[in-house]
Amino acid sequence: MEYEPVIGLEVHAHLKTKTKAFCGCPTEFGAQPNTQVCPVCVGMPGVLPVVNKAMVACAIKVGLALECTISATTKFDRKNYFYPDLPKGYQISQYDEPICRGGHITIRNRKIRIHRAHMEEDAGKLVHAGAAGLHGSDYSLVDYNRGGVPLLEIVSEPDIGSPEEARLYLTELRNILRYIDVCDGNLEEGSFRCDANVSIRPVGATKLGTRAEIKNLNSFRAVQRAIQYEIERQTTILDSGKEVVQETRLWNESDGKTHPMRSKEEAHDYRYFPEPDLVPLVIDRTWVTELSKEMPELPEVRRQRYMDNLKLSYDDAFVIVESKEMSDLFDQAVKLGASARDCSNWLIGPTLAYLREEKKEFADLALTPKNLYDLSRAVNDGAVSSTAAKQVLIELLAKKSEVATIIKDLGLAQVSDEGDLRKAVSAVLDANPSQVEEFRQGKTKVRQFFFGEIMKATKGKANPQIINKLLDELLVQAKV
Amino acid sequence: MTLLGKSISEIHKLLTSKETSATELAQAHLSYIEKSDHLTHAFLCLTKDLALKQATEIDKLISAKKELPPLAGIPLAVKDVLCVESYPATCGSKILEGFKPIYNATSVNLLFDAGAICVGKTNCDEFAMGSSNENSAYAKVTNPWNHNYVPGGSSGGSAASVAAGFATIALGTDTGGSVRQPASLCGVVGMKPTYGLVSRFGLIALASSLDHVGPFTRTVEDTIRTLAVMAKPDTHDSTSVPQKMRTANCDMVALLNDLPKITNLKNVKIGVIEELSGEGNEKSVQKALDLAIETLKTLGAKIDKVSLPKVKYALPVYYILNPAEASSNLARYDGVKYGARDKSAQDLLSMYLSTRQSFIGSEPKRRIMLGTYVLSSGYYDAYYKKAQRVRRLLTEEFNDIFKSYDLVICPTSPTTAFKFGDRTDDPLKMYMADVASIPADLAGLPAISIPCGFDENNMPIGLQFMAAPLADRKVLEAAYAFEKATDYTKFSPMLQKYESAKT
Repeated sequence: MEYEPVIGLEVHAHLKTKTKAFCGCPTEFGAQPNTQVCPVCVGMPGVLPVVNKAMVACAIKVGLALECTISATTKFDRKNYFYPDLPKGYQISQYDEPICRGGHITIRNRKIRIHRAHMEEDAGKLVHAGAAGLHGSDYSLVDYNRGGVPLLEIVSEPDIGSPEEARLYLTELRNILRYIDVCDGNLEEGSFRCDANVSIRPVGATKLGTRAEIKNLNSFRAVQRAIQYEIERQTTILDSGKEVVQETRLWNESDGKTHPMRSKEEAHDYRYFPEPDLVPLVIDRTWVTELSKEMPELPEVRRQRYMDNLKLSYDDAFVIVESKEMSDLFDQAVKLGASARDCSNWLIGPTLAYLREEKKEFADLALTPKNLYDLSRAVNDGAVSSTAAKQVLIELLAKKSEVATIIKDLGLAQVSDEGDLRKAVSAVLDANPSQVEEFRQGKTKVRQFFFGEIMKATKGKANPQIINKLLDELLVQAKV
Repeated sequence: MTLLGKSISEIHKLLTSKETSATELAQAHLSYIEKSDHLTHAFLCLTKDLALKQATEIDKLISAKKELPPLAGIPLAVKDVLCVESYPATCGSKILEGFKPIYNATSVNLLFDAGAICVGKTNCDEFAMGSSNENSAYAKVTNPWNHNYVPGGSSGGSAASVAAGFATIALGTDTGGSVRQPASLCGVVGMKPTYGLVSRFGLIALASSLDHVGPFTRTVEDTIRTLAVMAKPDTHDSTSVPQKMRTANCDMVALLNDLPKITNLKNVKIGVIEELSGEGNEKSVQKALDLAIETLKTLGAKIDKVSLPKVKYALPVYYILNPAEASSNLARYDGVKYGARDKSAQDLLSMYLSTRQSFIGSEPKRRIMLGTYVLSSGYYDAYYKKAQRVRRLLTEEFNDIFKSYDLVICPTSPTTAFKFGDRTDDPLKMYMADVASIPADLAGLPAISIPCGFDENNMPIGLQFMAAPLADRKVLEAAYAFEKATDYTKFSPMLQKYESAKT
């Protein structure tokens, strides 16, 4: 039978606040264990939580960006379970009155609806001594630095139809959170985490199939692979006439499979109830209006602007907008007067390739908007060839410099002197009589060969327009 | 001259006139406690170093002729569920043995800043769960009036320490009556202010939405003096009443200035709660109530019987909500971070199980089980949610009554102190001890218990006044006028015995 996957994603995003959700401890990643803790976030007896207003502001901003309804009143609840990384024996979360409801994300003209988004505190981290994981370790240590860091859990509707779409959804969501500056979206540091709910159903059916919840997805690639695996696993089960079991499964990166973690019967009963230590929050509408005025241009709007005003393709616009830093730099360069097309080509092509090779982040680059503008003008004025421009760009990525300086230092100034170039063209033609003959007999492709040879001879500095003009002229005249 | 059994203003005079020093005063109290507390077990630990250090500070102020803060030199005892920095806070439980907080409770801090001198941490029922102090994991507090009787609970050590004269002020906590009921049984004044008037920060939670910090003193005036210092907004407690909501009706400083003017209760309308008077009370208690009503009438109050039909649901509602919150609040005592741990456990689950099995007593265990049950999926709506709804209805019923009445009254406890072991086999019978005090906790009302007589065994009886939320002043004014018109404010025989043995 033909099946279609039904996928919903739950994202846990660390909100970028200076201090924790319910106390004044700093939230920075990577500090020595248990140096960013206080009696409140280690759950000492008698202490009380106090809501961090900055967390609420971040949550509202996300709600505005995703076009959610921002609740007029919202409250916190306790989610009760025992684990050593949870110092109070409960997590302060939101159960039935989340801060945001509804909303959507648009990816490639498809709307993925958002079910809800709610605030909660993160747990600490266990460090297992003497082994990579819990099994085989002699004892475990707890680091509460992360405990109490504010999280926003963003839950999608089961509107996602493929592993690829899941990746696009996550990319776009992370991008939005970065644009509005509420989350740094770092998967390695755990500031952007994702669980996937996957089920399949016969194509055309309306009833949802039994779902599995997949955890331990540490990269977008893992999300895509795990969902793909899960679809195949469930298809095999249904095809053999068996039933999918509702359970939580863990993705294992090394064997590329999901493995059962706990079944529905073993599922926790979290015994949610309203957090009596906190009063319900009444969200001031004028505050929401103020926050909405602070909202920057969102990725979707920016993409559309690139397509409409700068005539970029959807794919090019998508790639540039995907990185806010890159997109901001692009915008500034274009504003200075740089060619949008050239800049877009340079960023998407050589720049991204450079980042991949060097394993660097865009923010690490030395490149400035002025550099891009100068380079664009140099190409336009014929001061440097477009081939040489790429060489200049690579230099600009690596170190702080000026376009003119690099052109001079590397001797990349374009030769546009017709007299000099005529000699170069003639020399190449003279040296390759048999190819000239081929050209005469109608093999016009040989022209590319001459062009390449001339460029080689001039170290890429020759002005291509003049070369073409000279080739037109001299190929006809050339003697055999 | 004796330095024991003095009121706040008496001590203030003694210090400013240099008849004694804060250090002498502290030492007199500490040595009385050291010599006599084997009879009462009111203290779990003495904070001698702290007391002498604080007393020295006060003496420095005196010799420098500086103005003394309002509670300078006042001996203070603190219930062991409230945090005093660097001293044990066991909550009467073995599971917190060895735990020393690195912070003061806000209420404690305010009293310290006002010059109070902390003599020790008082014994209580484990995690404030109990009405007789028999649930303390360490020792049973006895009633200073007769050591064969319970002092009430859960703040039994605090009530006993004021009744015995060990301290002028003792802090207690009241979740279902744990200040007022032992105050009644020990013949002292015990007040539970409006919910949120005194910060809960540093109060080790039993049931957060019901927990209150309240003082024990010998006189109403001393309660007002204590609250004038302690009832302040606190940014560390989100449920603390903000300053802008603290109107004249809960302004304790103003009340203190107005005290000389309070000589009668003319135009004060008082309702006697029908459901909590009559047959349900012991004869002696009912007789004392009837007599109290006559006294109030003589003072000019207008008295009616009022009916609060929802009050009969208060106990069942309380024993759903209290265990629900307690089951969650006590989850942090898991052996991972502080307090006791079963070190022989070989893995995480057995560490959790054996630690909690070994070090948590039977009443907390009972409430953890009840609470876990009523919050479980499938039972939440039928128990927890319904109880919350009834709590709201009860609150509305009180609000309606307070549209027509300034105060409602009833006995604080339907019985006087009972003997050890009388109720330990029957938790329900024990729970009944709080039937009259629980409603004020559920509705967050200000409520006070003051002495109103003695039974045939010379055990004290308490009268309870309640008012609308944030009308704490009304409760205190009535109690003050009643106290002035009567003669029930007495020390237990312990103090006299000690003093006479000394001379």
